[in-house]
Amino acid sequence: MLNWLCKWFHSDSRALSDSCGPKVKMSLRFYYDLMSQPSRALYIIFKISNVQYQDCPVALRKGEHLTEEFKENINRFQRVPCIIDDGYKLAESIAILRYLSAKGKIPEHLYPKYFVEQARVDEFLEWHHITLRVTCSLFFRTIWMDPLLTGVRPSNEKIQHLTQHMEANLDIVENVWLQKTDFLTGQRLTAADIFAACEIEQIRLADYDVRIKYPKIKAWLKRVRAGCNPHYDNAHQYVYKISGTAPHAKL
Amino acid sequence: MAKFKYYYDLMSQPSRALWIALRLGKIPYEDCPVALRKSEQLKPEYQQINRFQKVPALVDGDFHLGESVAIVRYLADKGQFSEQLYPKALEQRARVDEFLEWQHLGVRLGCATYFLDMWLLPMNGIKPKPSAEKAAILSKNMESQLKILEEIWLKDTPFVVDNKMTVADLFGACEVEQTKLAHYDVGKKFPKIAEWMQRVREQASPHYDAAHEFIYKKSGMKPSNSKL
Ligand SMILES: N[C@@H](CCC(=O)N[C@@H](CS)C(=O)NCC(=O)O)C(=O)O
Ligand SMILES: N[C@@H](CCC(=O)N[C@@H](CS)C(=O)NCC(=O)O)C(=O)O
Repeated sequence: MLNWLCKWFHSDSRALSDSCGPKVKMSLRFYYDLMSQPSRALYIIFKISNVQYQDCPVALRKGEHLTEEFKENINRFQRVPCIIDDGYKLAESIAILRYLSAKGKIPEHLYPKYFVEQARVDEFLEWHHITLRVTCSLFFRTIWMDPLLTGVRPSNEKIQHLTQHMEANLDIVENVWLQKTDFLTGQRLTAADIFAACEIEQIRLADYDVRIKYPKIKAWLKRVRAGCNPHYDNAHQYVYKISGTAPHAKL
Repeated sequence: MAKFKYYYDLMSQPSRALWIALRLGKIPYEDCPVALRKSEQLKPEYQQINRFQKVPALVDGDFHLGESVAIVRYLADKGQFSEQLYPKALEQRARVDEFLEWQHLGVRLGCATYFLDMWLLPMNGIKPKPSAEKAAILSKNMESQLKILEEIWLKDTPFVVDNKMTVADLFGACEVEQTKLAHYDVGKKFPKIAEWMQRVREQASPHYDAAHEFIYKKSGMKPSNSKL
């Protein structure tokens, strides 16, 4: 009986989308790639929150998100992360976090419900797009990904330029966000820390060691990892492996 | 309820979006203009207001908050924001949020980079005028985002989220308006965006025109039926 049910669920979900894990049928489908920073952030948040979802990994490197089927049936923007919750499609990691929080799926310590506390977390999340995210991911893409695709390395001048822009924002994380507190928005770990850490971990791939110039970021990253493990290390397994820079300490 | 202080400059796109939304919602606030052209945001006094030295910003009692989208949510939760503009229903709100999160690296990054490099920085002698080649890259990057606005967000609805104007439309339209200063005419390649902006302008009247007065004047691209 069980076997038959499994098979049925299996074929049912395959019919809807080939990329989804077929084991259990859930109303929430989570599409992500662990090589994507906001995907990892949501993955860690979901694991900590014990959000039940149907696992739908998408391999960006194989262009699985670029098909017409993905655009029509999964995410019109053809990016990850995204969800389909009982037929409701939603993209943008932070919009997804807020939606699930409003549905009571995310614990308050990660995304506060009280609006004054929530505003502090929002302030970081809204700040990070055009500052930390854009400069870290440009750094990573130009130095690590583009050469893989084109075989051409960026000039030293270009690398210097990218480093400068990224460091201007790392400076703000070090000196403003982490000025007086253990975490970005206070004394406790929130979704803001998880999003930020996932962006900063990505630049390991381009051989940037943030710990050299930024002692506060270094100590904070340790705290975030400790607060999120084992999910943090699981989410970063490929980043560690490909960059050859796994953290030494077992937690 | 004591009024909160709103710090803004109408030359700033997110400042305008929020300014229009506050006026449409008839929300009382204490008016605190900050002149970016005089670098008032860089003064130590302003750093006390907003540690990131950007506009817009809000001070409510002793609570200081930056980031326009965070301000929208804070005020909405306090009941000091129009519910039409930032709907409460779960799925609609998430859709507005989806746009607000997208716009940062979408239409904002594309349009603001174009405006800065083509107009503001050369005009102030901070950067040379971009070469033809550079200008082509800037417009290509911007247009790849405008294309998403035209073909996805406005695919089959009059506003970016369904049939009613929300704060998402205001954020989007204020970014596109800014490119007029660099003499970009969005309607040439993106007819749906041009029509949508007209709709947003009408729905947000008269505050929309009031917020864009300087841009209309400076660019010479005033909508033909504007009373300004
Ligand atoms: N602002 C979006 C960013 C989404 C995004 O940029 N995703 C990237 C991976 S990190 C992607 O799917 N890229 C695929 C592509 O652009 O083709 C979010 O926070 O969800
Ligand atoms: N993400 C911020 C952007 C704020 C921002 O970039 N403000 C600009 C004007 S549009 C500013 O204050 N610039 C002054 C400066 O950088 O010195 C928001 O949405 O509030």
